[in-house]
Amino acid sequence: MTFGQIALWGLVVGFVMSMVIITGFAYTTLLERKVLARMQARVGPNRAGYIPLPGRGGQEKKLLAGFLQPAADAVKLFFKEDPTPGKADKVVYNIAPMLAVIPAILILAVIPWAGKIPGLVPEQYSYFAIVPGLNVAVLFVLAVTSISVYGVVLAGWASNSKYAVLGGIRASAQMISYELAMSLSVLVPVMIANSMDLGVIVEAQRGGWIVFLQPVAAVIFCIAALAELQRAPFDLLEAEQELSAGFNVEYAGMRFGMFFMAEYMKMVSLSAIAATLFFGGYRGPFVDQVPVLGFVYLFVKIFIGLFLMIWIRATFPRLRYDQLMLFGWKRLLPISVINFMIVAVFIVLAQEGVFAPITRLFGF
Amino acid sequence: MGNPIIFLLLAIVAIGAAVGMLTSHNAVHSALYLVLNFVTIGVFYITLNAPFIAMVQITVYAGAIMVLFLFVIMLLGAEQLRGVTDVKGGERVHRAVAGLLAAVLLLASALLLFQSDAPEIAAAAIDTSPTALGLRLFAGYVFPFEVTGVLLLAAMIGVFVFSKTKKRGQDA
Repeated sequence: MTFGQIALWGLVVGFVMSMVIITGFAYTTLLERKVLARMQARVGPNRAGYIPLPGRGGQEKKLLAGFLQPAADAVKLFFKEDPTPGKADKVVYNIAPMLAVIPAILILAVIPWAGKIPGLVPEQYSYFAIVPGLNVAVLFVLAVTSISVYGVVLAGWASNSKYAVLGGIRASAQMISYELAMSLSVLVPVMIANSMDLGVIVEAQRGGWIVFLQPVAAVIFCIAALAELQRAPFDLLEAEQELSAGFNVEYAGMRFGMFFMAEYMKMVSLSAIAATLFFGGYRGPFVDQVPVLGFVYLFVKIFIGLFLMIWIRATFPRLRYDQLMLFGWKRLLPISVINFMIVAVFIVLAQEGVFAPITRLFGF
Repeated sequence: MGNPIIFLLLAIVAIGAAVGMLTSHNAVHSALYLVLNFVTIGVFYITLNAPFIAMVQITVYAGAIMVLFLFVIMLLGAEQLRGVTDVKGGERVHRAVAGLLAAVLLLASALLLFQSDAPEIAAAAIDTSPTALGLRLFAGYVFPFEVTGVLLLAAMIGVFVFSKTKKRGQDA
């Protein structure tokens, strides 16, 4: 394939996958509302759309009640009045929602979705992704997550509202604090796989997931990713009791919807990154024989990640601001630095053959 | 050096962002122009076959440092610049000297760039695997690396010293 053909292929695949993820985003909102409702002994949205089934006593049972709720929400958001506050910085106020959504979609470019599917993957690449074979993919993820905070910060500042600007300030401080721990935990799979290509990291987990080798790094990554997502228990920037709604208090209509879109799409993409780095990515039983199964395994792992995030939101109370900073700088960062050094020393020792007698003892 | 059309477009964006950064009267707008400039420079690195530096540029400068800038600007509420009404005679001389020095620096670096063999170096494919990068940094360029490390450490100790003395002054 020539360069032009590969670029065209990337555009087509990128468009299709973005559409899939946007649908996924809509249903993630429904999943969150339904799961939260069940955990709080409520029913959740159940009016918009259902599949009628005949039940006992002439009453029909309702299957999948509420599955059209995302469509109803979308229609509502599009037709709502969308005012701009008079004292707002108009230009920044308008581009802030876009700056929130674009990084959320960009992360998806490097996620390996499946192994080598004949006919669907260009022959020089070994896995299916929108941009396969990028040898700085891990750094790309870090770069995009680090610029994704601008949407929230600028929305808070441009609204010219005290509550919103407080939310924006909190967002920027939190982002800087947890980025370091996240980067250091991301480097552990890079060192183990000896590559920054996400596809190579997935293939390095052929023998076993990295989470079994390095549970500490996996836990640190999950906590830091939750903080980067600014979800409960780290959702200080939209704390309802203190800031009414934080950074998005002045937004309405679809521009408000775009912040939701960014949050849920980042949930999906960071679940996918966590699955890829620590939980075997698209790998699972029989994936070498039937490469299409890779999509299924990755979707199942993303679903589990989303469910865990919703579960955490339903379980834990919000942190206080000083607790957030203390935990980030005095607990998470030192632990991740020490863990990083231990992994580096162990890898060098293993390369020097220090562990050879032990492994021979167990007959490997 | 990549496609000249792409280079020209990027150069226009980068210079435009730099000019916007200097001329806008709102500190937050200036910061945003600077972010745009940093991201464009990151793209320049990609066209020069250096994806590692490109990603680090975006993560560190556009991501971490500029977020910190915005944090300070927003925290202090210092986004509006005071209008400069009268410039005194002494300051006018200072400005002229500063402008002259900047022009000389710009001219010198441009001359150096055109004389060097940077395009040939950039055209060579660079191995960006972690092992190759590590070897390059810690074997080939270990002295500059260590000097940079000492400089950063000195800056960090300086920060500690300044914040400590301020606190003691408040207590006394």
